[in-house]
Amino acid sequence: MEFRILKKRLDIGRQFDVFLDKVSEAGLLFKAGVDAFLSNDIESFENKIDDIIETEHEGDTLRRNLEETLYIQTLIPESRGDVLELLENLDALLDRFKGALWKFNIERPQLIEACNDDFRELTSIVVEAVEATVRSSRAFFKDSSSVTDHIHKVPYWESQSDKMASKLQQTIFRQEGLSLSEKLQLRDFVKHVDKIADRAEDVSDKLRIYVIKRSL
Amino acid sequence: MFLFFLSSGLFLGWSLGANDASNVFGTAVGSKMVRFRTAAICCSIFILLGAVISGAGASHTLGKLGSVNAIAGAFIVALSAAASVYSMTKLGYPVSTSQAIVGAIIGWNFFSGSLTDYHTLSKIVITWIACPTLSGIIALILYKVIVIVIGRIKIDMFRLDSMTRYGLIVMGAFGAYSLGANNIANVMGVFIPVSPFADISFFGLFKLTSTQQLFFIGGVAISVGVLTYSRKVMATVGEGIMNLSPVAALVVVSAHSLVLFLFASQGLEAFLKHHGLPTIPLVPVSSSQAIVGAVIGIGLLKGGRGIRWRVLGGIGSSWIVTPIIAAMVSFISLFFLQNVFEQKTYRPVPYAITSEAMARIQKQGISLEETGSMLGKEFPDAKHFYKALSNLNNLKPSDRVFILNSAEIDPMAVTFKKLKTINLDSDWITKQEIAVLEKLEGRKFQHKWQLDEALAKISPHWQPIENGKKYNERLQHKMSHIYDKFRYSDK
Repeated sequence: MEFRILKKRLDIGRQFDVFLDKVSEAGLLFKAGVDAFLSNDIESFENKIDDIIETEHEGDTLRRNLEETLYIQTLIPESRGDVLELLENLDALLDRFKGALWKFNIERPQLIEACNDDFRELTSIVVEAVEATVRSSRAFFKDSSSVTDHIHKVPYWESQSDKMASKLQQTIFRQEGLSLSEKLQLRDFVKHVDKIADRAEDVSDKLRIYVIKRSL
Repeated sequence: MFLFFLSSGLFLGWSLGANDASNVFGTAVGSKMVRFRTAAICCSIFILLGAVISGAGASHTLGKLGSVNAIAGAFIVALSAAASVYSMTKLGYPVSTSQAIVGAIIGWNFFSGSLTDYHTLSKIVITWIACPTLSGIIALILYKVIVIVIGRIKIDMFRLDSMTRYGLIVMGAFGAYSLGANNIANVMGVFIPVSPFADISFFGLFKLTSTQQLFFIGGVAISVGVLTYSRKVMATVGEGIMNLSPVAALVVVSAHSLVLFLFASQGLEAFLKHHGLPTIPLVPVSSSQAIVGAVIGIGLLKGGRGIRWRVLGGIGSSWIVTPIIAAMVSFISLFFLQNVFEQKTYRPVPYAITSEAMARIQKQGISLEETGSMLGKEFPDAKHFYKALSNLNNLKPSDRVFILNSAEIDPMAVTFKKLKTINLDSDWITKQEIAVLEKLEGRKFQHKWQLDEALAKISPHWQPIENGKKYNERLQHKMSHIYDKFRYSDK
């Protein structure tokens, strides 16, 4: 019986791994989706939307399972609240990726050529910020002392994202031939994507506290 | 009547379970790593096993403090100790049953005019300080080591969680086992000589001696205490002093079990002695003190900020109050039992320097001019005799103890009738030993030491051996049973 319980616990560790993979995957899909949109490859873009919906769905199922197991088996009592919060926050990042792609699909904004490269750059930076958060979270489960190796990268990418977002907004508002409503719509997109990096930084800030709380 | 007197022992066992034993799993339950039910069941089972399997190797330190020599007195001593532990349990303070017993015995000593052995008392009181200190130091070192190890092996959060959980249960079970083994004698020890049970053999596979049956009943009482009333003390230990992480909880339980083992392991003592190393005194230590010490140790390691000093102050004062309450309750109840219910709560032990005692004292080389003035004079109890001895000069403390032992009057007669009533209980007497006793049939003795010497003369089995602490302790234990058996009153 003891071995069974031990195995169950290891399964939970694996489930957390899979969940983090999903968050990471969502970032890659988001990047590919935006790239397809900017390249006007609508078919590929729509495929990415389908993929990210599927990933988000799997992520939600995993999260619910993990939350239930943590409570039913009364695992990690001292960090349970923190781990649940971390799960929710990472899931929210995943949702934001999906939401952003949906926003592109619904509004189909007319992006200007001059912004395309910067927009691609902004997307990669945001994905890097989330990726660093995922790596820190993985370290938190596996070996909390190595969280510091990854977590410092999150604020770095967040500040890069801020800079890029400002640059993009400047380009948009200085662009001639665009109506104010078009400019505002594009600015809204830039801010929407940039916000993902901000949220990633919030998650990493909380993670920092969880690590301190768990330190022996 | 035996069952009636046994009831106070069972009450004491129950309080021991509700208080001392609950400490073992307190931190595990407090840190929510082990459910109360799991902890209580595991604790009960291992206490019972410890009591029945290893319970026989009991410590005699409490016996040295004062020998309660009448069953009604033993009843009151156990009852007052149990009552004081119960009141502390109700308040949620982790106290030590042995503290309460020490207090109750001192109450009896005052009432019966017996002397309290201050040397033994100070030894016990020192362990009340040494035990939590040692436990705190062990916890501190253990915690540091575990932190380094966990840092090195980079362990997964969930694996660490399950390992800590199993560790808590295993160390808790070990602690419960050693607690059962050490403390059962406190609960049931006084009833061994009057036990009506006979050995039971289970299909020839294994045998339960009458002592083991008695310990089993005591163990059941302790287990019932754990199951029914230990939750509050567990909460104080687990959460009251400071919030503990599961790893810290594991360290606390391990340090506690180690300390209990260090102070109680005869095997370890023999091992140290065999290798020419200094030994640790075998004294009954309290699990409450070990646990509280360990929690403080970890709290201090973390800078002491997390410790709730108010709760700790409460625990500290309960440790001082418990023996005092037990002594007072014991004294007052003895007074009532003796004067209102006319029960014999103690057997008066007179003292006199008889001519035989004089010869023994002379042989020891103690100056005769001093003791000569007391020759033939009878004193009603140890207190009066000791007072008279104190008036004499030129006596070393060790001489006084020797004279005191030599002058104790305890008339015994080895009669055929009494020889036939000896139950063959392999835990305390063998067939061969009875055969030696039979050779003394018809003889009378005024002093205990006379019987000792007569037995030793016939057979080397009855002689204390050099460097044989364990053997000598068993022999002493056996002798006290024999004194009880052949004692008669000539008044």
